[in-house]
Amino acid sequence: MRTPDQTLDEILTLAASHFKVPRERITPDDDFFKTLGIDSLQALDLLTRLEHHFSVELPDYELQGVSDFRTLAGRIQSRL
Amino acid sequence: MNKHDGQSLSWKLKEGVIELALHREPCNEIGSLVLEELEQFIPALDEMRHEVHALIIYSTVKLGFCAGADLRELYRRSEGIGKQSAVEGVRNFLERIHRVMNTVDAAPLTTIAAVHGVTFGGGFELALVCDLIIADKMARFCFPELRLGLIPGFGGIPRLKRDLGNAVVRDLLLTGRSFNAAKALQIGLVSQVVGEGEALRVARATAVQLGKFDRQTAIAAKRFIKPIPYEELKQEIDIFCDLFAQPAVEAGLRKFVESADAQPYLP
Repeated sequence: MRTPDQTLDEILTLAASHFKVPRERITPDDDFFKTLGIDSLQALDLLTRLEHHFSVELPDYELQGVSDFRTLAGRIQSRL
Repeated sequence: MNKHDGQSLSWKLKEGVIELALHREPCNEIGSLVLEELEQFIPALDEMRHEVHALIIYSTVKLGFCAGADLRELYRRSEGIGKQSAVEGVRNFLERIHRVMNTVDAAPLTTIAAVHGVTFGGGFELALVCDLIIADKMARFCFPELRLGLIPGFGGIPRLKRDLGNAVVRDLLLTGRSFNAAKALQIGLVSQVVGEGEALRVARATAVQLGKFDRQTAIAAKRFIKPIPYEELKQEIDIFCDLFAQPAVEAGLRKFVESADAQPYLP
């Protein structure tokens, strides 16, 4: 099973690749809306890609108040 | 009229298949323009019915199939006109959209929704009137209406009940959560999940398959297996209008419309 750090790293890599932001510009505690320059519809797109990547189902209400990658990774890790 | 290019949607008839393309940026929100153009489509559909065996509804907009009702327009139209007038306006809109939805639902041809991305609220309801839903793997479905103090108003609840088990309907409606195409396939909502960007191609291939069979037989089979829940659809309108009169809805709409942050579509 993935470690939390592996999960976090895969999220950062996937997000950077999909939204075409240099990987080195994204850090775990960044606000993903601001860093990726996305709105909520695009955040849902990211959520769908992450669900596919990790083979999990993550109800979007689990993202209430979540805006940084580290916390997002924690939510996903809890479903692995 | 075999071909029409509108502001929010367009259609064309080719080889027995009508393709209805939604193309209103940002995400085909259903307000007065989309409703008017759907109402123009209905008589055209009737005129074409003897020449067609399938209808495909899809979106050319990147973000998705349809994000639902145009909440900004709904809020603007309801502001400052008094609650009773606002509710009357909403009822009028709902009755019109229901006529469109019911016509497509009962149409004497096989209907396919080829969906991708955001398929929320009224957009989800538009997909549900179709006989088949083919979903791109990035499609995401949701009935977020409870977040606004409302229930789905375009016929979603009776149609969801028609297609799925009650426990699943309760989960989706009461949590207001969104779910992906894989989940949609698992619960029996969609008939196929296909690669990203492939929904329209697969819908077209499916339409070719549908064209191999006797039309009258297909129409008879569809009438037999697909009841239209007319009474429940009327009840849904009544419940929606009663809820729309409550203060929670105005607050919910205002919050959505005036949201300066990035998260209006998240719970």
